[in-house]
Amino acid sequence: MKLVHPLMKYVRPGAISTATCTGCGDGIIAQAVLRAIDELELNIDDFVFVSGIGCAGWIPSPFFNADTLHTTHGRPIAFATGVKLARPDREVVVISGDGDLAAIGGNHLIHAARRNIGMTVICANNGIYGMTGGQVAPTTPLGLKTTTTPYGNVERAFDLCALTDAAGASYVARWTTYHARGLTRSVKKALTKRGFSFIEVISQCPLQYGRRTGVGNAVAMMKGYKENSLSVKKAASLSEEELKNKIIVGELVDKDMPELTEQIEKLRRIHE
Amino acid sequence: MIEIDEDLCKGCEICVAFCAKDVLEMSDKFNKKGVHPPLVVREEDCNLCGNCMLYCPDLAIVVAEEEESE
Ligand SMILES: Cc1ncc(C[n+]2csc(CCOP(=O)(O)OP(=O)(O)O)c2C)c(N)n1
Ligand code: SF4
Ligand code: SF4
Ligand code: SF4
Ligand SMILES: [Mg+2]
Repeated sequence: MKLVHPLMKYVRPGAISTATCTGCGDGIIAQAVLRAIDELELNIDDFVFVSGIGCAGWIPSPFFNADTLHTTHGRPIAFATGVKLARPDREVVVISGDGDLAAIGGNHLIHAARRNIGMTVICANNGIYGMTGGQVAPTTPLGLKTTTTPYGNVERAFDLCALTDAAGASYVARWTTYHARGLTRSVKKALTKRGFSFIEVISQCPLQYGRRTGVGNAVAMMKGYKENSLSVKKAASLSEEELKNKIIVGELVDKDMPELTEQIEKLRRIHE
Repeated sequence: MIEIDEDLCKGCEICVAFCAKDVLEMSDKFNKKGVHPPLVVREEDCNLCGNCMLYCPDLAIVVAEEEESE
């Protein structure tokens, strides 16, 4: 008997063979998102997936057999905001890279969180500009030698979860590709949340990060995530010194606040 | 029951590395992409945990419970 992958039904027939390198974490993130939709028994036709430029932009587009909007570099949240305002009935999900969402597109990220617009933003954070050759990103760890920081990165990395929390997001979580189950759980939670949800996924780029920096291949990188991560609960009892170079995984924010398109709809009804 | 779609595999070895039961091994044959896909070598040890399937970045592995044969 030939088994069929239960998530293959969501994959665009012409795009089954992905464009990513061997062992790239992007495929694990793609699978976690599709599994969350499948487990919630949602209809993928009710979704609009929006991505920007970079390897992570290929996670939904053209891979997902759904409405996808592959936009310009840094702008997926701006496009997604337009989609959500025009079609608040749609489930809008942005999936893109750290450079795309936090460097060139950083302002869109903070304002979408501040507005608490009902969308889910999933950031595939590989700590680097993967697609363009491994340049330093605002998420690159301090000291890392990249193509553009041959003597080591002197800038601190952005904490994207703290950033979106401070800006007002309703739901914030961080996982790594090693934590595929936790990630799936968080995507499910984010999809059922009304306000702005942000999920950071620390993900391996074995080509531009692993190979160039000497960290190793996909397996070595994922083992590193396993060894260097700890839960939010565990982290709460540790000092800043003890948390140095650790990845804190789990749910960081989960609260309910007025959502933007619902507020607009209320106004519209009052003034009708 | 585990099935590997060999031609989707890119040979990353993640499935082999994260199977706690050592069920999979990389083969030395070549697939269409010119990489070595894994082989199921100790299926009797598989506990159907699904890790290999969950981690495969290319949806090349399916794990499913055996269906009762009539
Ligand atoms: C306006 C503009 N500036 C720069 C680029 C070049 N560029 C393409 S992808 C990219 C960065 C990608 O990094 P990230 O978003 O982290 O995605 P990854 O490839 O790492 O998944 C850059 C700078 C571009 N396409 N457009
Ligand atoms: S360059 Fe890095 S991020 Fe891009 S597909 Fe390859 S492994 Fe993935
Ligand atoms: S399902 Fe679990 S035990 Fe079975 S091969 Fe996959 S990882 Fe190993
Ligand atoms: S995880 Fe998937 S792509 Fe990687 S070696 Fe195993 S079957 Fe091949
Ligand atoms: Mg990146």
